[in-house]
Amino acid sequence: MTDLRKTAAIVGVDESDEIGKVPDKSNLQHHAEAAHNALADAGLSLKDVDGLFTAGTSTLQLGEYLGVKPSFVDTTAVGGSSFIIHIAHAIAAIDAGYCDVALVTHGEAGRSMRSRPGGNASDPDPQYQTPYGFIGQPVAYSMAARRYMHMYGEDKTRQGMAEIAVATRKWALKHPKSYMKDEMSFDDYHNSRWISWPFHLLDCCLVTDAGGAFVITSAERAKDTAKKPGYILGAAEGQTHGMISQMPDLTRTNAVNSGPKAMEMAGITHSDIDLAMIYDSFTYTVMATLESLGFCGPGEAADFVANQRTAPGGDFAMNTNGGGLSHTHSGMYGMFLILEAVRQLRGECGDRQIKDHNIALVNGTGGSLSSTGTTVLAVD
Amino acid sequence: MAYNKPIPVPQGESDVYWQNAKKGELWLRYCNSCKEAYFFPTDICRAIPCANPRDTKWIQASGKATLYTFAIVGYETGKAPHPGFEAPYVTAIVELEEGPTMPTNIVMDDPTPEKLQIGMPLEVVFEDITDEIALPKFKPV
Ligand SMILES: [Zn+2]
Repeated sequence: MTDLRKTAAIVGVDESDEIGKVPDKSNLQHHAEAAHNALADAGLSLKDVDGLFTAGTSTLQLGEYLGVKPSFVDTTAVGGSSFIIHIAHAIAAIDAGYCDVALVTHGEAGRSMRSRPGGNASDPDPQYQTPYGFIGQPVAYSMAARRYMHMYGEDKTRQGMAEIAVATRKWALKHPKSYMKDEMSFDDYHNSRWISWPFHLLDCCLVTDAGGAFVITSAERAKDTAKKPGYILGAAEGQTHGMISQMPDLTRTNAVNSGPKAMEMAGITHSDIDLAMIYDSFTYTVMATLESLGFCGPGEAADFVANQRTAPGGDFAMNTNGGGLSHTHSGMYGMFLILEAVRQLRGECGDRQIKDHNIALVNGTGGSLSSTGTTVLAVD
Repeated sequence: MAYNKPIPVPQGESDVYWQNAKKGELWLRYCNSCKEAYFFPTDICRAIPCANPRDTKWIQASGKATLYTFAIVGYETGKAPHPGFEAPYVTAIVELEEGPTMPTNIVMDDPTPEKLQIGMPLEVVFEDITDEIALPKFKPV
């Protein structure tokens, strides 16, 4: 395999103009605002873009809406991890000469959308799961969490989930665009209503309106862009199943594959990582992912995150934007992991800026714990 | 009251599954090469590697299973995520005696985490929902 380490960089990142509750904007508006903002952040514009990447909509519709005529397109859509997976595809496309400036966009009025797409009722999921009320990801992920509890202990698992919810909220309060504005105590967590037992409300991500975008170009061209480039040291991806009932092991995600591959490509080990941006669709997603990535062993996540270790001031910086749990989660949240990682690496995060910020690991999880994308980013 | 939950649409390769479910029987696909039953039913075996993925047949399952994992949707709140469903209800993945796991519901009154123990024995029951479709569900033995 060609060594693509540090051949490309993320040179622009931004959200759509407003995120959170945005009643009168469509999905495409969020895409477009974020695209313009991220390109401006890079000192580029749409006339530079020749590669267009998105998930959940066709590039035909998106390209038309943006007014671009790209020579390379990719609509890989494997859930909220898609945009992290696009990074691996973009660096390969840039290396091969298919495009030079790749724009990756996301936009989803998850809260305020006026119409929702329907599915094909004969596909496996609507045929075998939906009739039983397997509807919405809280149902799928809570069943995985219940299996984890069976293996490693219910009380201990619960404590780990609570630690993550509380620590993540503390970070969210340091981000001016966060949807959640109030403090959360452990009691608040434990007293929040059940969504799908064993998940409390506060185990579950938000549903917001938001867009985000980032721009990737070659390391060569990155030197001339406006801000400090976030070099891509490693990127890997994969998927294991579609339906939760087909997941090979409900406690291990494909991060067991994509994590080591991305880290090997980057030439780093766990101790080199200053920031972990871990997709937190649910508190449990973080526990399964930390273990799958090898930060700790199976069943050890609760101990790993104990005593607010991942909160501001703790010694493991994680989800410093406040996560999908407390910052924003429009539906496919993976985009926002990248925005925060690049901003932390650049040192732009003000009140929530972490002290050492040379290397970030980003791990997206999509579908029903189905797909993962892992990437390692760094500044010089 | 009319049934207003999502209704499965059988396909050519799942007609046998749904027709037998309507008769109160649970049938599975079985691969003669792998010597294993699998769920969900597809004409071609999905195991990798498989010596002859097209050498498959139907077998009748015993209907015995154990509870692999579950969730109680709308526990204590009664809130269901979709119209038609009455919360609380139990979604589950069960492990069939023949080996495969399948998604289903556990049928019980007033479900609680205490009443649902992973590994507990279950047996299949069928809920008629339309003239053509009966859903295989499971209840504690
Ligand atoms: Zn086979």
